[in-house]
Amino acid sequence: MNREIAVVAFAQTDHRRTSEEFSEVEMLMPVLHEVLGQTGLKTADIGFTCSGSSDYLAGRAFSFTLALDGVGAWPPISESHVEMDGAWALYEAWTKLLTGDADTALVYSYGKSSPGPLRDVLTRQIDPYYVAPLWPDAVALAALQAQALIDAGDTDEPALAAVAARSREDATANPHAQLRGSVPHGEYAVRPLRTGDCPPIGDGAAAVILAAGERARELCARPAWIRGIDHRIEAHGLGVRDLTDSPSARLAAEKAGAFERPVDTAELHAPFTSQEVVLRKALRLDDGVRVNPSGGALAANPVMAAGLIRIGEAAALVHRGESDRALAHATSGPCLQQNLVAVLEGDPR
Amino acid sequence: MPEVLKAPLTVEFPFTRSLSPVQSAFLTGLRERVVLGVRTTDGRTLVPPVEYDPVTAEEIRDLVEVAPTGTVTTWAWNHAPRRGQPLDTPFAWALVRLDGADTALLHALDAPGPDAVHTGMRVRVRWAEERTGTITDIACFEPYDGDPAEPAGHTGQFEDPVTGIVAPARLDYTYSPGRAQTAYINALAERRNVGERCPSCRKVYVPPRGACPTCGVATSEQVEVGPHGTVTTFCIVNIKAKNLDIDVPYVYAHIALDGADLALHGRIGGIPYDQVRMGLRVEPVWTEGARYPDHYRPTGEPDADYDTYRELL
Repeated sequence: MNREIAVVAFAQTDHRRTSEEFSEVEMLMPVLHEVLGQTGLKTADIGFTCSGSSDYLAGRAFSFTLALDGVGAWPPISESHVEMDGAWALYEAWTKLLTGDADTALVYSYGKSSPGPLRDVLTRQIDPYYVAPLWPDAVALAALQAQALIDAGDTDEPALAAVAARSREDATANPHAQLRGSVPHGEYAVRPLRTGDCPPIGDGAAAVILAAGERARELCARPAWIRGIDHRIEAHGLGVRDLTDSPSARLAAEKAGAFERPVDTAELHAPFTSQEVVLRKALRLDDGVRVNPSGGALAANPVMAAGLIRIGEAAALVHRGESDRALAHATSGPCLQQNLVAVLEGDPR
Repeated sequence: MPEVLKAPLTVEFPFTRSLSPVQSAFLTGLRERVVLGVRTTDGRTLVPPVEYDPVTAEEIRDLVEVAPTGTVTTWAWNHAPRRGQPLDTPFAWALVRLDGADTALLHALDAPGPDAVHTGMRVRVRWAEERTGTITDIACFEPYDGDPAEPAGHTGQFEDPVTGIVAPARLDYTYSPGRAQTAYINALAERRNVGERCPSCRKVYVPPRGACPTCGVATSEQVEVGPHGTVTTFCIVNIKAKNLDIDVPYVYAHIALDGADLALHGRIGGIPYDQVRMGLRVEPVWTEGARYPDHYRPTGEPDADYDTYRELL
């Protein structure tokens, strides 16, 4: 069976350093209402609901079950959750729609990084035997990758600064961004990465609605059709990988059909400036491609939602007629360990 | 909006993990100042060693000793060490390919400053004085300008191998409960139980969490309920909880406060445990200066009729 499936709506919070006045469900609920409102759908009309989040961020066990309160899950709904970025929840929803079991899906994700020490929290996702006992934080691991790129001649500190400046400049047009405009490149966080090379730490949520076939055309004037989507992972051992390349991103892009025709826009989930260098190479993006017009993760990086936001931002460009063929990318794990690529297209105008 | 409530929250576990044969040999080796790798079928030597070839997924068990000297393949200068990291003075994170290995190991490199570190520099293992069979038996790497050390050809067979590690993990959070629960907790400190009503189905939730889980909409209309309520169901606790100064057995109950559409839970006191029953009418008991009721006790009212609380079990 070959069903056409599209992103038909996208909403996100304003991403902020802290949302301490709201619980997770209080932060998430307005986004759910907004994305449903864009399509006129109600919870009861949704065939499948899938979310992505991590209890480690805010340190609250089973927080995703409390977040479900914001959906209105009674009578019982068909629902699933991934302890991953919402982009992977979208992947699960896409497969569910492919089977024909559902015609519409609500996908959401959220992350409150403000309650905890994010750099340290993220050490808990890595090899618990040989690596996690050393507590190598997220910035340190990204810095190892950045130095490898500098050693290989793929980039240098001024080039990284330029990535940061372009991203925050583009983010001035994004009302949801946390960090925009002129941001100093700053002091070293972990050398060679400076504070300006790192994403802001913040809280936020996002949601999209998927629909299949004619249902998508009923719900959206110009659906963002998912022409292909795939995700791939690399070995967990950092010292096994070539950190200057991303074979998993390249393979995911190939399987998603990204190389069949050029894309006009790419929304890349590159929380660190150096990671954009890796992804541009792996995804063969030349200077003609608009990269991260939203400002990307360097402008707002609500962990667990930032990947889904890339898909949402790319889809929104298609909805508005500002892109005809866009690539959206999400990542997970240290140093771009796991990568998801989706190719979105609008109907010919 | 009232001031946001906050409280420290520490999540701490001593994770006890068993080891595979390859991990056991590697970590036992560190205890004995021997670094072991594992050979893949195409002849590469992986350090640190894993049980399965990351390319072919083949099971690999061919252990081989490598040198405690090696070369930095990439590094990053950490001027502000964080809790739990190998050194508490500024150091370089480094991936080090040990002599005889084809892959690199992550650890700290003790060096006087970033100008003393470069990719390609030679380093050697500095062993921890006390070694127990964990990755931190390597205290760190240190600069080294001698020849590659010669591995002794250890087979990976040890007497008294380590079979597990205990990896402590601690994360410190600042918990804030959000708008609805903050209002609830603040009211409770004034000895009032204030729930919130769903604008759609009209149910009153106590404690409120900010959303009606049935309708998926925000609750906001505040409704004071109780103070009296009805035991809807209960259990008898016979196991004494750590750090809890309550004699067992005691009764823990679901209590539907008058006016609430959801039962909350609390301890029942002021009555022998074996006389607590469904339908028992109770009221909260406050202690001096407390922000929440210590327990609930019988009011002396006649028991509630089952039909009045059957939906609130």
